[in-house]
Amino acid sequence: MVTFQPPPELSLKDPPKVAPELVAPEPEHCPGPESQNAGKSDACAGCPNQAICASAPKGPDPDLPIITSRLSSIRHKLLVLSGKGGVGKSTFSTMLSHGFASVSPETQVGIMDIDICGPSIPKMLGADNESIHVSSSGWSPVYVADNLCLMSIQFMLPNPDDAIIWRGAKKNGMIKRFLKDVEWGELDWLVVDTPPGTSDEHLSVNTYMRESGVSGAVVVTTPQEVALLDVRKEIDFCRKAGIRVLGIVENMSGFVCPNCKGESQIFRATTGGGEALAKEVGVEFLGRVPLDPRIGMACDYGESFFDAYPDSPACKALMDVVGKVRKLVGDDDDDAGDAEDE
Amino acid sequence: MTSLSKVKHVVLILSGKGGVGKSSVTTQLALSLATLGHNVGVLDIDLTGPNIPRMFGIESSTVLSAPGGWIPVTVDGGETLEKSGGSIRCMSLGFLLRDRGDSVVWRGPKKTAMVRQFLTDVLWGEMDYLLVDTPPGTSDEHISLAEQLRTLTIVDGAVIVTTPQAVATADVRKEVNFCKKVGIDILGVVENMSGFVCPHCAECTNVFSSGGGKVLAQQFEIDFFGAVPIDPTFVMMIEGEIKDEEGKKESLLDKYQKNALSPIFKDIASKVVAKTIPTPGDG
Repeated sequence: MVTFQPPPELSLKDPPKVAPELVAPEPEHCPGPESQNAGKSDACAGCPNQAICASAPKGPDPDLPIITSRLSSIRHKLLVLSGKGGVGKSTFSTMLSHGFASVSPETQVGIMDIDICGPSIPKMLGADNESIHVSSSGWSPVYVADNLCLMSIQFMLPNPDDAIIWRGAKKNGMIKRFLKDVEWGELDWLVVDTPPGTSDEHLSVNTYMRESGVSGAVVVTTPQEVALLDVRKEIDFCRKAGIRVLGIVENMSGFVCPNCKGESQIFRATTGGGEALAKEVGVEFLGRVPLDPRIGMACDYGESFFDAYPDSPACKALMDVVGKVRKLVGDDDDDAGDAEDE
Repeated sequence: MTSLSKVKHVVLILSGKGGVGKSSVTTQLALSLATLGHNVGVLDIDLTGPNIPRMFGIESSTVLSAPGGWIPVTVDGGETLEKSGGSIRCMSLGFLLRDRGDSVVWRGPKKTAMVRQFLTDVLWGEMDYLLVDTPPGTSDEHISLAEQLRTLTIVDGAVIVTTPQAVATADVRKEVNFCKKVGIDILGVVENMSGFVCPHCAECTNVFSSGGGKVLAQQFEIDFFGAVPIDPTFVMMIEGEIKDEEGKKESLLDKYQKNALSPIFKDIASKVVAKTIPTPGDG
């Protein structure tokens, strides 16, 4: 008889300790070599790594304070999440960053792309041929504008088409380095673009950034129920991990034919779309962004959609969302006047 | 592996990018293959976002366990497919969750174990095609799948799904390189969401550009299986909004026959069939 065994609840709130060097792959119910139970749980019996895990230094990871001090100069840290892939997380992260950066030339914005297996941000910002400079004080992020910088694994690949065939532990190591070794400097905003799902990347970014305080998460969805199904899971994850959900954005909502101006629902919201979900889970609905083929084009060419089509309805909707996000994290007081001018 | 011993062909549905329609393509390929008279199995190894139960309208079904393994869920109760002689059976983590909104927060090792269990502990029985729907990326699930299937000769290869825009094909290129590295053959590329025909004026707009899949196929010298346009009626069909004249609930397969996308997928399915190695006794 085969039974379904859910894994032991992962502790989402304990600080991790240092992950030791393992000699064998982790077993099925591995509590995680960086967890406080490493080497002590039931699954550890018979694991070749048990002694290594059990004897690894106790106490929180000494890198955590380093990360916290690195991030202490960043005012607002936002996660862009969605359980579903291809709903426009990266597009939205890019837009959000452009939006924040356009508030004033003094606003410093950074984007951290933790989608290790499918990084899209460099392409969307027109920076796919850049590389990272390493100095004694750390990795310098790539600047695409005077006040907009980004970090992505794409910059480290010898060939842009190379696949990154990594298991979770290796991905976690990379994310840690993004937080520990990158010289973000003084930033007003750090936007973290995540891969789809609720797995290693999400757990790591949460444990590493917990200490320094995450302002909240913006959840992106498309209107159809198949997408909402996965997004619901992501919100459940945020709850368990104690991440504040600022709100839900519905992307690709409605399509206006450029020929006849007739509107149609490509991804029909048969169950009420993002707005109904927001109500169901009790979070704010931040708005609808219509599907505009020019957004996709702008991303493919690495241009700013805001600069190219400032009068389009999609641009207005996005600016509105940007405004709401700023308000929710309490950033609208000092330079609200400038925002109106945009 | 005994659970796959009576399966004749295994086809993987892959894409580096999320939300390009891997599950939709898997669903439609399964429906088309079943129409052609094949017994089809669908294995959903997207653990943190399982969509296959929703796609086939069997979200409320549960998997039964029997001595020796799990029994996959049959679509449409198996009855309506009798005409063509085909059938569809599905397995997904979605069937094993208590609540559909529950998140599955698993690290790599647990995902690896689950994928292994899905490949060894499911009683597929006699099956012509086993379609494996995957999550986006090139990580734990994919590595485990490749490792588990490496020793099997029944694995025919992968169908790569992409959308036309450059941002998507950039990720899909990585997946193609993954296949090359782990030695999975690529059967062909399907370009999904290729154009949208406006219901008001019948003008076709390339919502996510066009031609990206074809260029990708040419670049890597792999077959191009076809371009599939966006069809909102497919979404509505999945969501169970389309009923026939008498308001009767039709089987998914019958409904799909009437969908505008079914001829396109019939073509893609026959290309998949042509590409898979004929084994003795294969209809």
